[in-house]
Amino acid sequence: MNQSSFISGADGDDSLYPIAVLIDELRNEDVQLRLNSIKKLSTIALALGVERTRTELLPFLTDTIYDEDEVLLALAEQLGNFTMLVGGPEYVHCLLPPLESLATVEETVVRDKAVESLRKISQEHSPVDLEVHFEPLVKRLASGDWFTSRTSACGLFSVCYPRVSSTVKAEIRQHFRTLCSDDTPMVRRAAASKLGEFAKVLELDYVKSDIISLFTALASDEQDSVRLLAVEACVSIASLLPQEDLETLVMPTLRQAAEDKSWRVRYMVADKFSELQKAVGPEITKNDLVPAFQNLLKDCEAEVRSAAAKKIKEFCENLPEDSRETIIMTHILSCVKELVSDTSQHVKSALASVIMGLSTILGKDNTVEHLLPLFLAQLKDECPEVRLNIISNLDCVNEVIGIRQLSQSLLPAIVELAEDAKWRVRLAIIEYMPLLAGQLGVEFFDEKLNTLCMAWLIDHVYAIREAATCNLMKLVEKFGAEWAQNTIVPKVLGMANDPNYLHRMTTLFCINSLSEACGQDITTKHMLPVVLKMSNDQVANVRFNVAKSLQKIGPVLDSNALQTEVKPVLEKLATDTDMDVKYFAQEAIRVLALA
Amino acid sequence: VSQAASWLKVDGFTRKSMRKAQKQKKSQGSSQFRTQTFTELSPLPQLKDAPSTEQQELFTQKLQQCCMLFDFMDSVTDLKSKEIKRATLNELVDYVSTNRGVLVEAAYPEISNMICTNIFRTLPPSENPDFDPEEDEPTLEASWPHIQLVYEFLLRFLENPDFQPSIAKRYIDQKFVLQLLELFDSEDPRERDFLKTVLHRIYGKFLGLRAFIRKQINNIFLRFIYETDHFNGVAELLEILGSIINGFALPLKAEHKQFLMKVLIPMHTAKGLALFHAQLAYCVVQFLEKDPTLTEPVIRGLLKFWPKTCSQKEVMYLGEMEEILDVIEPTQFKKIQEPLFKQISRCVANPHFQVAERALYFWNNEYILSLIEENIDKILPIMFGSLYRISKEHWNPTIVALVYNVLKTLMEMNSTLFDELTASYKSDRQREKKKEQEREELWKKLDELKLSDAAALVQNNSHGLQNNNSNNNNHQENQEKGTAVIATDHEDPVVAMDTAENVKGVKTAK
Repeated sequence: MNQSSFISGADGDDSLYPIAVLIDELRNEDVQLRLNSIKKLSTIALALGVERTRTELLPFLTDTIYDEDEVLLALAEQLGNFTMLVGGPEYVHCLLPPLESLATVEETVVRDKAVESLRKISQEHSPVDLEVHFEPLVKRLASGDWFTSRTSACGLFSVCYPRVSSTVKAEIRQHFRTLCSDDTPMVRRAAASKLGEFAKVLELDYVKSDIISLFTALASDEQDSVRLLAVEACVSIASLLPQEDLETLVMPTLRQAAEDKSWRVRYMVADKFSELQKAVGPEITKNDLVPAFQNLLKDCEAEVRSAAAKKIKEFCENLPEDSRETIIMTHILSCVKELVSDTSQHVKSALASVIMGLSTILGKDNTVEHLLPLFLAQLKDECPEVRLNIISNLDCVNEVIGIRQLSQSLLPAIVELAEDAKWRVRLAIIEYMPLLAGQLGVEFFDEKLNTLCMAWLIDHVYAIREAATCNLMKLVEKFGAEWAQNTIVPKVLGMANDPNYLHRMTTLFCINSLSEACGQDITTKHMLPVVLKMSNDQVANVRFNVAKSLQKIGPVLDSNALQTEVKPVLEKLATDTDMDVKYFAQEAIRVLALA
Repeated sequence: VSQAASWLKVDGFTRKSMRKAQKQKKSQGSSQFRTQTFTELSPLPQLKDAPSTEQQELFTQKLQQCCMLFDFMDSVTDLKSKEIKRATLNELVDYVSTNRGVLVEAAYPEISNMICTNIFRTLPPSENPDFDPEEDEPTLEASWPHIQLVYEFLLRFLENPDFQPSIAKRYIDQKFVLQLLELFDSEDPRERDFLKTVLHRIYGKFLGLRAFIRKQINNIFLRFIYETDHFNGVAELLEILGSIINGFALPLKAEHKQFLMKVLIPMHTAKGLALFHAQLAYCVVQFLEKDPTLTEPVIRGLLKFWPKTCSQKEVMYLGEMEEILDVIEPTQFKKIQEPLFKQISRCVANPHFQVAERALYFWNNEYILSLIEENIDKILPIMFGSLYRISKEHWNPTIVALVYNVLKTLMEMNSTLFDELTASYKSDRQREKKKEQEREELWKKLDELKLSDAAALVQNNSHGLQNNNSNNNNHQENQEKGTAVIATDHEDPVVAMDTAENVKGVKTAK
């Protein structure tokens, strides 16, 4: 129907694209096509120009879009970047109507995206426009019938509050108060999650008069999902208040939260412990938080204990320096000892990921006397993740007591992890190999760990073989080319004759990553002949990897070797019967400029 | 809960088998964050042996005794006291179910206190963070030996002929109901079953709580759909709702219609739909039987949420659609036939044979068939293209056979139209292709317009990027091309692939 006008538009003036054609696209029956069109909404807007975008496109979007959430999500996102396309900040308020209706839909992701876009464009409003257009929208949302619009409103108060007059400010505070005691828990959750953010933009007097009472009420809500969000707000609120007010305004609620009957709330306290600690300061930490932390470390739920265990290092670091060591030795250490033999592996592994950090705080003597036995116990833990976490943090202990103290226990633990049935465990230990090698020294490495590193090259999982290859390169970087020539190169090259083509390919992959670290001499003398010989392999995969390897090591070789040795082989491969071998050979010839 | 869990999740290959291997050492959980101090229980005399003047006092004492809570995660401690409480609870159950006149007003607060103390608790965190109710064994409540008897007691109490809601409503109030509803999230199916009966009784006996109960269920469902995607008791709550809806008076209140459209229909999008789909479909059909004018919005709602990638769900949707069509009025059918049959036509052409088969089964339904026949002029043009195409293209012979039967039935309904459509099939396809080309042309022209705002451009292109990375992890093993594999290798999945498409895959992988 729009054929003729479409053609005329395409031929000449770009601004003549009829909106009907574009809108047809936005209405296409196929969701995928609609989605594509919406994602290119800015292109459509550009084609229409700012004037018609404002007068035709936006009204269409506002009125007629009832669509799949996926499409709405894309729309909500697009509109956040539309300011220039409607004519700049002067006209940005034109974007409010479609975003307002998107902020009321059921689907959370759409709504959240609409709110995000609204927050973004709120900054582009002039103070006058903010009061004339934006703030009324927030009010409408805040008093909407269905919970979705009220939920969305919660996220918008803080962006307009700082830039409106004091009368409007009072209204906004009133709306926020109302939503904090909303009938539906969804809205209360939304309000609770924005409480901290809102508190930050309020004047201190209002924080004390308004926010604290809302905070107290939300923190004793009947639903634990609301209470736990109040804990998050607690961090922001506490950091806004002067020290002398904390005790009366915040601490009663915080104490109550740390002993809440719901583990979810206690979990949240544990999870936010470091932030809370910073917010309330050293004195309250000493008197209140230390015992609370002890309780969390001994909580009856493993979830809570493991969240608390993760915070041990940070908590100890942030203790006031004058009493740090005493507090750790008298209050914390006994809990840590118990956690080492906890019934839950999650707790133990959370502990293992931070426990080594305590050694820097406590110093050499305490580490040897109190912490070392715990490290050793965790190195023998039945759960691989616990052992892995200890090994991955060895550097902290190394600095304090040196790794020798641990090396005897370390070896069995490493060997066991290296042979673990789960390939992700093996992968993790490989990644620590260069670090371990650096700390244990070349002798210890050659004697105990070298065989492991070579065994990984023939692992049956590709990811492990790949990581093993990369590991060798890092080791060579550490120990040098001479070491490589004596210890690993012969073994790697030996695999070129393996009956399994995957192992033969591993040789090529190793050469790819080792050649640069080993240098021209070793590459030309030892590696190149092997690669060239493999060009006759009967498996096509090996042959095209030969081509790739030659391309990779080419820059390391001198031009003589390239011309006399590499070129003929690549030319031969370029006439291979397999099309992939051909492709990669030609690619290599092109890259190495041998044509 | 920790890295270990996320590791297992990423490794798609071994996850299931590993989970089976772990096979929960302890499949029991319980959470009692207690402040009670423990005192050992000593047995009280039997109620039946006590003189009738002292029975009431003894009843109260026993109720109080049963407020002591025990740690069942520890199976060796307090065995004697645990046994005393168990026996006492049994006796109490027996006492309230066989005796008349024992529910005096003074007993209500004691009874309520005993029940609340025992059953109301924060449910423990799930043992298995990604608990899959279809696949995994549920974690059972460790203190079940006691809790079961308390539930039993609560039921007998509610069902006792002397039970007086007017007194009980002081204790069985909104707060009580709220806590009861939270317990529906219990992983233990035995507990949920008791809760279902209990809530049903309460809904029946306490008229003043009905609206409140419905509203709270509403909230739970909304949280389930839009926030957590997790709640174990959805099926049980829907079952109760099924009978509640049955009792709704006509005309339906706006509140009820809103519940249908804004809660029950979006609920079809839930990940675990299979677990409660039967109950959900029952509720929907109940609504439509009450008020047929809801048919159109309901069907449009289902079409809006129609699954895009999950074939298993699509089969469920088709099943529900057939249930709806079974009760649809012909006038309502006319209103939605076009969008509905566009979807059915897509389902029929689905490469997954179960989806196609389920859709084609509609033609075995006499009533649906009569509706189609009545509206054949509208429906045949919608269906024809898909049916004609898959009669030639579908890989599954059963589907092809079914399609031939359906085409035959449709032909018999209006052979003239059928012949016309057959004749114009080719030109129609060509017209579609041409339209498609024009679309592409249009977009090409549009894209050529230089975007003055560079930021807008970047923003447009950023969408596709994130998805690419996540898929790469497990494909590494497939990188090796396998056309000329001679060496045997058992781990790396090697599929003979010769097509140009796959070769391209190898090249781009590097």
